[in-house]
Amino acid sequence: MDFPSFYLDHLAGGRLIIGLIASLHVLINHPLAVGAYPLLTWMEWWAHKNNRPDVDHLAYRITFVVFIVTTTVGAMTGVGIWLSTSLFAPFAIGSLLRVFFWGWFLEWLVFISEVALILWWFLSWKKADKPEKKRKHIKIGVALSIMSWLTMALIVAVLGFMMKPGEWNQTRAFWDAMTNPLYLPQLGFRTFFAVMTGAVFLWFSSFFFTKKKGALNPDPRRLREWIIYRLSHVVLISLLGTYAFGTWYWNAVPETMKANSSVALLTQEFMSWHRQFQTLLGWTLIAFLMVGVGGLDRSSMIPRWALLIPTVLSIWLIGHFERAREFMRKPWVIGEYMYSNGVHKDELAFLQSEGLLKHATYVKHREITESNKVECGQDIFMLACSRCHSTTGLNGVIEKLTAMYGPDKPWDSAGMQLFIKGMHQTRTFMPPFPGTDAEAGALVAYLQQLRTHPQTLPGAQSAGIVIAPEALKPSKIADSQPTL
Amino acid sequence: MPALIATIPIPRDLPLPLPVPEWLLVVCLVVFFLVHILFVNLMVGGSVFVVVAEWMGLKNKRWDALAHEIAQTVTVNKSLAVVMGIGPLLCINLLYTIQWYSANALTGHAWLLIIPLVIVAFLLTYLHKYTWDTWAKGRKKTLHQAIGITAMLLFFFIPVIFLANVNLMLFPSEWEKVRGFFSSLCIGNVLPRYLHFMAASIAMTGLFLAGYFGRKNADISHLDDFTCPELRRLFYKVCAYVTLGQFALGPLVLFTLPSDGITTQVYVIIFSGAAVGLLTLWLLFGELRRDDTRIGSRYWPIAALFSIVVFGMGSGRHVYREAALAGHKAAIKNRTERYAAALADFNKNLAAAPAPAGQSAEQLFMNCAVCHAPNVKLVGPPLTEIAQIYAGNPEGIVTWAKAPGKKRPELPQMPPFNHLGEASLRKIAELMLEKGATSK
Ligand code: HEC
Ligand code: HEC
Repeated sequence: MDFPSFYLDHLAGGRLIIGLIASLHVLINHPLAVGAYPLLTWMEWWAHKNNRPDVDHLAYRITFVVFIVTTTVGAMTGVGIWLSTSLFAPFAIGSLLRVFFWGWFLEWLVFISEVALILWWFLSWKKADKPEKKRKHIKIGVALSIMSWLTMALIVAVLGFMMKPGEWNQTRAFWDAMTNPLYLPQLGFRTFFAVMTGAVFLWFSSFFFTKKKGALNPDPRRLREWIIYRLSHVVLISLLGTYAFGTWYWNAVPETMKANSSVALLTQEFMSWHRQFQTLLGWTLIAFLMVGVGGLDRSSMIPRWALLIPTVLSIWLIGHFERAREFMRKPWVIGEYMYSNGVHKDELAFLQSEGLLKHATYVKHREITESNKVECGQDIFMLACSRCHSTTGLNGVIEKLTAMYGPDKPWDSAGMQLFIKGMHQTRTFMPPFPGTDAEAGALVAYLQQLRTHPQTLPGAQSAGIVIAPEALKPSKIADSQPTL
Repeated sequence: MPALIATIPIPRDLPLPLPVPEWLLVVCLVVFFLVHILFVNLMVGGSVFVVVAEWMGLKNKRWDALAHEIAQTVTVNKSLAVVMGIGPLLCINLLYTIQWYSANALTGHAWLLIIPLVIVAFLLTYLHKYTWDTWAKGRKKTLHQAIGITAMLLFFFIPVIFLANVNLMLFPSEWEKVRGFFSSLCIGNVLPRYLHFMAASIAMTGLFLAGYFGRKNADISHLDDFTCPELRRLFYKVCAYVTLGQFALGPLVLFTLPSDGITTQVYVIIFSGAAVGLLTLWLLFGELRRDDTRIGSRYWPIAALFSIVVFGMGSGRHVYREAALAGHKAAIKNRTERYAAALADFNKNLAAAPAPAGQSAEQLFMNCAVCHAPNVKLVGPPLTEIAQIYAGNPEGIVTWAKAPGKKRPELPQMPPFNHLGEASLRKIAELMLEKGATSK
């Protein structure tokens, strides 16, 4: 309301972009950082103990790939979640930073150490040529593994307390988040999942590095069998962990949902998501199980492409998992404090009585008249709906309204206005409408117009901003003069 | 002067206090930012040195080897530039919430582009570094150089986006004119600031490399035909002459700054910084006149003086920003407080008003009226139809409303109303049947 509205109409407003960036980040971070670092460290240690330079060299070459990907796409998608959220929901990220400052700060410190350690570990690998140097080098790998796990554990906590009802004592909220019934199952699930997918990633990349003979790789077949045999053990063990924690999570979710939300969020959408999660988890684990058992056989029975099946399934699973986290938060962006469209819980009644337009900054008009109704409605849409809906594109209101009211008959404006006034009651994942009756009417006028004249709604990044003068009583204007 | 109010947006701030004292955030912002910008300088400047040296290497191989060696530093510095950027971003988000996010949104396309552009630039620097020995001849070498140049150009462009934001946030009175990223570049003095930054990148990288190649355990055995003192002298020279140039670019930045934030304090800080800069330059040129055995003995004093200069410029920048935004911040504070007071008043009255007695059946029925009309089909079936199905069975309606099934294929799914509670649903159901029966 107080920030220019960045908006990408065709992409569900831009939320899709945040979603894509965040999913990419998780998909890289889990297997390649949290999962792969400990496994690679373990390979280095084993090679050192058993004097197997070929194993060491293989670990080094896989680390190269991990290093490149995590320090480019991995790091930048992490920062990217923040950069894109700043555009799309500045009110939310701005508030979160004020409330959970120390959590983020701590996260940053751990992240610095993680980056420094991966640089150090990878770039000094080949310089560690003596046993005592090697031992020190292995310790760097251990420290790196711990730090990258810690980064994840902290992030999960930060995300966890976003769902917590507003408790502003942040240290308490931080511990509350960690003792949240979902925290441990979630963390355990992610940890084992990361190791399991990390193992499959190592396995997959070892195909590429065990093709040719080399000075450091005299017997590629033996090397490949060595690694596949061991990685299949890792897959099978972490599979048990993923199953156990995934089930715990599955059982804990409904209880937590009931406890955490004032309105019953257990809507059909949620229940169907919940069942899908279970099914997906089952199939993913079966795929991993088959790969793991196949690998035990020591033969190279498992062809390279077969590894892609569990990988694709796990991408799907984790995407589903992340989407649900988002979903469970609705209609809040910060639990019990701020709705997804930036309206605070405690100002809702105020705005409903005084009006959105009166108190917003970037609107064209303060008073609705017959002639500016549609323009006002557009501003109201931008303020109240645009953080979740596009106009005519993905998750578009017109599409939703058409599903409700039918494509070929006129829509009843009075009915639509009623729906908007009660939208939180009928669809609990939508926030209540934060404006007056007249404003709901203007919104309906805009939606009707949009139906007959579909037109994309440009955001502030291309159309700029318009600022209507603040609606004040004349006597007050004098002392509100900014002294610039 | 209502026109003035109309052009300067005075939004409300977020109604939450800062998590740490403001002065601490300011110190953190200035210090973290300088650390971040140092690595950015080394990344940008390093990529320029790599490109130039590789090009010189076409004639004389020794430059090629040098370029390769510098490329190793770029990939490390770029990772540090990213992580060290998070701290200052955290601080600026907190200190200038309104101004910063507004600038981000107004340049939104470019701001979002940062992510893919940086990823591509980073991948290219790796590609450039790791194909150095394999793509060493003929066409492949040309391709190799092209990759280096592309990465460099990306590194040239990305800072413009950040600069545009840092600049735009200072001038709220101009926001209304902005139509996207490119138009934001016309505001304030982006170009002089950019040139100043680029020159600093070259100078800082020169200083860094003079130290890097001159350090005690520097192993330059693979850089045949170069000696440590020679490299040190070379990079000192770059640093010295470019820094000399800053004495022209610096004043250009200062005098093209919009007057909004210029105060005597800003002048005092900047000119003191410049004075230390002169001293540094004098020491640098002194170093250049020394012979090979002694060149570099003043490296650390020079580096320390440079830090003071940079700290001075960083502080001057902050003081300017504070002065430029003082009026805006005050106006925001005023508006935020007025709003909070009005809100508190309203909520107090609301709490004092007698609690509404439980909602009447008619009111509760509004939940359903959106979709169920007496005798026409809206979203759901009309009440007449419902009354037929559930005649004498309100409990059935309650059960349905708590967890609706899917009956009519042509209609959408009805949402569940479990949250209204048993008693309310019961009231609704009875009213529904009554209405359905009477509106035949
Ligand atoms: C918290 C995000 C959010 C906000 C804000 C929001 N909506 Fe929705 N809305 C949703 C979701 C999620 C759906 C369900 C989409 C689906 O079922 O595919 C939805 C569905 C709808 C539907 C279809 C309802 C139905 O029963 O099928 C309409 C109409 C609608 N929204 C209008 C609006 C309007 C108008 C606004 C602004 C006043 C708004 N929404 C604000 C998230 C939101
Ligand atoms: C978002 C629109 C919507 C709202 C709001 C809504 N309904 Fe419905 N209702 C429907 C639709 C659509 C159907 C048809 C479902 C089907 O047959 O699959 C329906 C069907 C019904 C039926 C008929 C069930 C049957 O056995 O055929 C009853 C009874 C009913 N609704 C009660 C209610 C009550 C009570 C409320 C308010 C608490 C309510 N509805 C609110 C959309 C809605």
